Amino acid sequence: MTTAIRAELTKQGHRSASWLLLGIGTLLTVTFGYLVPYVGLSDGSAARGLDAMLPGNFVGAAVGGLPVFVGALALIFGVLVAGSEYGYETWKAVLVQDPSRVRVYTAKLATIAAGTLTGVLVLFTATALCSVGVASLEDQAIVWPSAVDIATGLGGAWLMATMWAALGVALAIVLRSVALPIGLGLVWMLAVQNLLAAIAAPLVPAIADLQKYLPGPNAGALAASLGASPQAPGVDAIVGAGHATIAVAAYLVAFCGIGGWLLHRRDIT
Amino acid sequence: MSFAVETTKLTKRYGSTPAVDQLSITVREGEVYGFLGPNGAGKTTTLRMLLGLIRPTSGSLTLFGERPRGLARVGALIEGPTFYPYLSGRTNLRVLADHAGVSRRRVDEVLELVDLTDRAAEVFRTYSLGMKQRLGLAAVLLKDPDLLILDEPTNGLDPAGMADMRQTIRRLAEDGRTVLLSSHLLAEVEQICDRVGVLHKGKLLIETTVAELTSGGGSLRVTATPADTAYTVLTAVVGADHVHADNEVFELDVPATEAARINAELVAAGVSVSELRWLQPALEDMFLQLTGVES
Ligand SMILES: Nc1ncnc2c1ncn2[C@@H]1O[C@H](COP(=O)(O)OP(=O)(O)OP(=O)(O)O)[C@@H](O)[C@H]1O
Ligand SMILES: [Mg+2]
Repeated sequence: MTTAIRAELTKQGHRSASWLLLGIGTLLTVTFGYLVPYVGLSDGSAARGLDAMLPGNFVGAAVGGLPVFVGALALIFGVLVAGSEYGYETWKAVLVQDPSRVRVYTAKLATIAAGTLTGVLVLFTATALCSVGVASLEDQAIVWPSAVDIATGLGGAWLMATMWAALGVALAIVLRSVALPIGLGLVWMLAVQNLLAAIAAPLVPAIADLQKYLPGPNAGALAASLGASPQAPGVDAIVGAGHATIAVAAYLVAFCGIGGWLLHRRDIT
Repeated sequence: MSFAVETTKLTKRYGSTPAVDQLSITVREGEVYGFLGPNGAGKTTTLRMLLGLIRPTSGSLTLFGERPRGLARVGALIEGPTFYPYLSGRTNLRVLADHAGVSRRRVDEVLELVDLTDRAAEVFRTYSLGMKQRLGLAAVLLKDPDLLILDEPTNGLDPAGMADMRQTIRRLAEDGRTVLLSSHLLAEVEQICDRVGVLHKGKLLIETTVAELTSGGGSLRVTATPADTAYTVLTAVVGADHVHADNEVFELDVPATEAARINAELVAAGVSVSELRWLQPALEDMFLQLTGVES
């Protein structure tokens, strides 16, 4: 098992796309969490935003992208991890070396978990550094959140990122490719979720109820409970933290299960 | 007699049409077995079933006398080599060694075996087809397998590359490994295989030794002058039924082993022989013959 995981980590680690996704996720989070608000701040137009940029709130800034855009990047990562084996036609090469599909698939899941953990740690480090930067520029005291809050934030962020990556894995296996799962995944995350939340839910009560059980709004509520700004896309406390955590975890399990089940029973042609 | 591979009524259907139909073959330990058939015969489908990549619709198979549990003793290359294009040859093999549960130290050994050590640091995407195929063979050898399953191993190679690959396969067999390879080239199977199973439209037509397979078809071509004397001699030697004449070119329905005797008779009669050549039966002709369809 450990060498199977090492195989997957080698495949992903040597791939510039994996690191590019990480870089873009960090850049977007820092830009919209610190750079843009800070420029607004020095214009004097948004003075009340300063608090959100100080070290005490860096966890919220770090998790703010996960319901939508950082989540979308995690989904792309998941698609690449599983779908590339179809794209490069390498499933057969792997499975003649190790015919245990359970082991190969488990190694893939371990790899997406390692990848999303790396991503989340980088996001937390980057936002922490930015918050220190803002505090020193603005002559504010550096007061960190409690260790428990940081750990909870990390855990929640990791859960959300892994859930989206697992959706990517499941889509890649269902559709046996790379391009279509990324396309459909992004349409869902960036367009459909938005339409549901902004247009459909306010009009149709049934859809508003349904929102409480979809992955995106639950991730949004989880991020809100971790301190993300409600101005970040998708962040909205429509359900409590406990409900949101359970829902996101349930989707994670479901996505992993769908992918594994299909990979197990289908022919590799 | 122990079998490296044995299939019993192995069948794979796609919809209602069988790609492989009630196939029963046996590959003996230590032999090179050729799986011969034209495009679409079901060769790849069968090999994929042996490897657990696709599930048989019905029938059963054993590897080394047991229902396959893992592929620890098997190395395989199916439908051409596929690797991660952005990784070097060496890193690709390391990844596959990790999947196989084989020490990464084995990678340099197999690179040496296929003569790719010098180019192993280069990215796979930049490899020539011949190098890709050699890297594919290196991956097959990672587990130091007792059974090699090779799907059209010479496909796409130039003549030198083909000869090289065939020689390598023979050498691997001489080390005591069993090789099951598929091909659509009769001449190739004839060169490297001990036994052959001929597949056509998913069905096994015949399973036999290579010598027996090629003894049926084929003809001896003789070009000789003067033509009339040659004709007289040839009809006397092999019988008029077996001589097809076209000016000074004759095609004789005789076994290849008759060539020397025929040549001697012609020369003794004062005929000058400018060509004496064994013509392989075309694979298609052989199939027609085996399926009993008139050409
Ligand atoms: N996934 C599939 N779905 C439907 N039909 C298939 C599938 N795979 C193979 N077939 C059919 O099964 C038959 C056998 O195909 P197979 O690839 O095994 O032939 P082959 O002997 O390997 O041919 P080739 O020499 O062209 O490689 C073909 O008619 C093919 O169209
Ligand atoms: Mg084939």
